Amino acid sequence: MIRLENVSKSYQAGVPALNDVNLEISPGEFVFVVGASGSGKSTLIKLLLAELRPTKGKIIINGKDLKSIKHKMIPKFRRNIGVVFQDFRLLADRNVYENVAFAMKVVEASNKEIKRKVPMMLSMVGLAAKYRSLPKQLSGGEQQRVAIARALVNEPKILLADEPTGNLDNKNAWEIMKLLDEINQRGTTVVVVTHNMEIVKAMNKRVITIKKGVVISDEEGEEA
Amino acid sequence: MKISTLLYNFKQGLKNIWRNKMFSLASVATMAACIFLFGIFYSIGVNFEDMVKEAEEGVAVTVFFNSDATDEQIAAVGEQIKSRSEVAKYNFVSSEEAWDQYKDIYFQGNEEAAASFEGDNPLAGHENYEIYLADVSKQDELVSFLEGLDGVREVKHSEVAANTLSDFNKLLTLISGFVVAILISVAVFLISNTVTVGISIRKEEIAIMKLIGAKDSFVRAPFIVEGVIIGLVGSAIPLIALWFLYGGIVRYVADKFEFLSDMVSFVSVKDVFHVLVPVSLALGVGIGYLGSRFTLRKHLKV
Repeated sequence: MIRLENVSKSYQAGVPALNDVNLEISPGEFVFVVGASGSGKSTLIKLLLAELRPTKGKIIINGKDLKSIKHKMIPKFRRNIGVVFQDFRLLADRNVYENVAFAMKVVEASNKEIKRKVPMMLSMVGLAAKYRSLPKQLSGGEQQRVAIARALVNEPKILLADEPTGNLDNKNAWEIMKLLDEINQRGTTVVVVTHNMEIVKAMNKRVITIKKGVVISDEEGEEA
Repeated sequence: MKISTLLYNFKQGLKNIWRNKMFSLASVATMAACIFLFGIFYSIGVNFEDMVKEAEEGVAVTVFFNSDATDEQIAAVGEQIKSRSEVAKYNFVSSEEAWDQYKDIYFQGNEEAAASFEGDNPLAGHENYEIYLADVSKQDELVSFLEGLDGVREVKHSEVAANTLSDFNKLLTLISGFVVAILISVAVFLISNTVTVGISIRKEEIAIMKLIGAKDSFVRAPFIVEGVIIGLVGSAIPLIALWFLYGGIVRYVADKFEFLSDMVSFVSVKDVFHVLVPVSLALGVGIGYLGSRFTLRKHLKV
């Protein structure tokens, strides 16, 4: 569960990037966060990943208060959150299998476990046949699938996707959205930050709109 | 950390070295130069120290007694000498032994002249203690102490020899320490640069690691491995070179400059390397570790 209580975040002495935000996202929800550039979406993602600490207010994720979380506890906390970026952030010198396995190496999983889970994840995102390809040999959509497999391989409870379709054509963008929906159906909480309103409308999910650091609307999808 | 993780980080460290080969090579070369110079200074130092020690052993303090000094007083002085830490060894020389020594030196080949003193010891009352020092720099202190004891008439010593040896020893230690400190700073700086380059090359990978939930130790480990391997290789190369060089020089001097090898004796290769190998390896690994650790703290906010 994700809960933000009166959260504000200011960078030095400027206009707050987020101002008095109150939010609650239940386990298993699929939520879109939308807003123009500079509205505070990226700040929200960074706060949820404990990359930043709020200037004011409380952020509680999976029962942990991020304002008081100790530095050495952050890695453990992040293992429960998968993250996907617009620019995929894959390691260019490693193939598909190694990119996904890397996430498990980082959390010190055993080789046996890695060999068991990575092919499973690659099958789930439809890339089992391309496990030896380097990122540059894949399309944008395929690269984003690898990134999703990497984000999910450690079985996080929450998946944060920051503009996951930003670099993709319409067809690939839809495929990625379908994949995220499938992941959500399996029980993972999915939070997608985007400004692709066409997709947001078509998906019919809960939509939180941020403008100049303030939540101006929070609408449930018809599906909910 | 699991064994598989250790192996993974070790491999990553090796990959780091390979990825920025030129910087790694420069660091190994600098480290090798540092350890090589350290080895040379150490070899010279250890030989000089050995010579000083040998010379020190020849520097003696002699204690003479008043003509009315009793045997008890002389024995008490002996006890006092025994208790001093700067004393390596001491001998009591009776007036008879003193005369025998004198005869051996000055009446050699002229035993008849010596025989004319039969029954009359010209060195009667010259019984003394010969004291050899373990630390020549404490000679003055010992002399003042001995002069203050009951029954002591005179304490003979060579002030110039003691002071010169002691000062020279201090100077050599000071110079070696200074040079080694500079070399260590240069090596730390270079390793730090290599690790900085490694961090900038792997910036993206490190950022991903952190977001996925890597512990600080996991992020740091490959860089520490990199620094330690550079340190290890950089100290092993000069040690091998020094082994052959030192042995070669000792043999060359012994062959070509016989007069020199009569005057001074070199410390054996084994004795020099008995200390030089562990110290150099520890220095190399230590500098590598500290260099990377210091850089990580500065550039890698994990």
